[in-house]
Amino acid sequence: MRIQFKTSYAHDIRLFADRWTFGVYAVLLIIAFALPFILGVFYLGEVTNVLIWAIAGLGLMLLTGQTGQASLGHAAFLAVGAYSGAILMESGVPFILAFPAAGIITGVVGTLIAIPAIRMHGVYLAIATIALSILADDIIVLTEHWTGGVSGKFFMPVELFGFEIDRWGTPFKFYYLVLVVAIICTLFYRNLLRSPLGRAMAAVRDSEVSATAMGVHIAYTKAIAFGVSCAITGLAGVLMGMFAGIINNETFSIVISISLLMMIVIGGLGSIHGAFFGAIVIAFLPQAISITTKASGLTVAIPGLEQAIFATILVLFILFEPMGIYGRWMKIRIWFELFPFARKDMFRRQKSYLKTERLR
Amino acid sequence: MDVLQLLVSGLANGCVYGLIALGFVLIYKATEAVNFAQGDFMMFGAFVTLGLTNAQYIGLPFWLAAPIAIGIMALLGYLLDFFILRHLFGQSQVAIVILTIALGFVIRFIAGAIWGHLPVTLESPLALGDIWVGGVVLGLADVAVIVVTVMLTYFLYVFFQKTKIGLAMQAASQNQMAAYYMGIPVRRVQGLVWGLSGAVAAVAGILFASKGAIDPNAGLLGIKAFAAAVIGGFGSLPGALAGGLIVGVIEPFASRYMAAGYSQIAPYALLLFVLVFRPHGLFSQVRTKKV
Repeated sequence: MRIQFKTSYAHDIRLFADRWTFGVYAVLLIIAFALPFILGVFYLGEVTNVLIWAIAGLGLMLLTGQTGQASLGHAAFLAVGAYSGAILMESGVPFILAFPAAGIITGVVGTLIAIPAIRMHGVYLAIATIALSILADDIIVLTEHWTGGVSGKFFMPVELFGFEIDRWGTPFKFYYLVLVVAIICTLFYRNLLRSPLGRAMAAVRDSEVSATAMGVHIAYTKAIAFGVSCAITGLAGVLMGMFAGIINNETFSIVISISLLMMIVIGGLGSIHGAFFGAIVIAFLPQAISITTKASGLTVAIPGLEQAIFATILVLFILFEPMGIYGRWMKIRIWFELFPFARKDMFRRQKSYLKTERLR
Repeated sequence: MDVLQLLVSGLANGCVYGLIALGFVLIYKATEAVNFAQGDFMMFGAFVTLGLTNAQYIGLPFWLAAPIAIGIMALLGYLLDFFILRHLFGQSQVAIVILTIALGFVIRFIAGAIWGHLPVTLESPLALGDIWVGGVVLGLADVAVIVVTVMLTYFLYVFFQKTKIGLAMQAASQNQMAAYYMGIPVRRVQGLVWGLSGAVAAVAGILFASKGAIDPNAGLLGIKAFAAAVIGGFGSLPGALAGGLIVGVIEPFASRYMAAGYSQIAPYALLLFVLVFRPHGLFSQVRTKKV
């Protein structure tokens, strides 16, 4: 049982709680960097996919988990990132500039969209973002001149610091690129939470009325959250495009938006770990299903099975473990840390009653 | 005549959207939750009727099968609330949004597994054919859709405004705890409204299936019904119908008079427009609370 005795505020918001936690993450990082020497090309590709989804999940987590605004339109921002990245690189901008630029463009677009969107909340925002996700598909077709429409856009191998990075030719280098981006995004997210802005976001999520009373500017906080969330998602979009090699109007459909939201809920809303846990589930579930169906002797692919299983898992999680995989993980960890003093009702949820949002 | 023809077909389509939107609004009015699976409910209701009616399945007469299907869907809605949504009592709306989206996927999968993924037609007596009225072709199914929708909306409106249980439903959504204090059995009321919305979804499904073929993806129509509900202002029953009619009428006119590619985005563009300029719909129910 570890006891933390915090003596100052700076101590409370340290990046790592103690040496042990730091050690755990250091080991995890070393394993992540050693992975290409352990895994084969196929599984390395899968891990890369997990990391890309995790980056996108981090983006949405900032908006949904941290600021409490559910977005069902983040596939649209993945698309904005991927297309702006592809167009910039096609016109000769080097990757090192085009990649962050794609993120910034997506962030700006997100903030512009946020300005009307922050007046809505809850269900209205969810519906508006659904509409956005559907519109994105049509807009990509209509702006065929830039986006290539239905025939799509290709991603060429990129050059970074003298290395040529190609998803198929040099999967190891691509893995390292994604890993570094994931680490930077995670650190950024973690540091954001320690800053006044991150606290303001949490305040907005927990109660807008109390946040206003504490001097938090709601609209400003929401707009910034939207912008930063979209910027991270845009980066993930570029990586997703590079991973797929080709994107068109159907790559970033509304199903991707929904999967992304489901993913962070399964992982655990409001935690960085949640984005990664959720990404692991979403990336490995298709493999697991295909292995199971093969083992049970089924040869015919059943349409919709994957989504149905994913959805069932989600329903079970919302019913029995609303904090997601991360919540379960915390409970198990705390049980061991406190052993034998853990009590049954320690994590009991407080009973809450709903009030109408029509009066607010 | 051209305009009139477009108007009639738009109105009939709009009524189906309006009926699905009615389902959302019912649940929203009574539980403050939005059922994103309402479109899939509608699809499932249509398939249940089809399974009971069509000769290749059970082959009951339509007028017997339709009430049974409505009953089955009402029961299904109630059970869904009893087994799943009741356990989310008091949780945030976002959790319910995500949950119902997930349920929609499951319902779509089940329907696909039972009735296949190919479009099928309901052997409905409503799909009799067309009549000519002053140069306008009126599908009998369209007429039936419009009549049934208007009647149902009026009935539900009276139910919510005048009856004791309707008022109890409204109270339960506005403040759960206060409703408890007033002796309203909040959980049972919520179960009832889920059942009611299942029944409305079944009616919508039957009417939709009478107008043409259905397949498991027909539930995606629910997104257009969202546009309808939002344009009308969530929480208003006549508003839902009005919103449905607006969306339904805009569609054929947009595809007739606008360039291809722009026409299908018209309903969503209108939705965003309404959300930006009148965020709570045309029949707004929102008032600002003083703290």
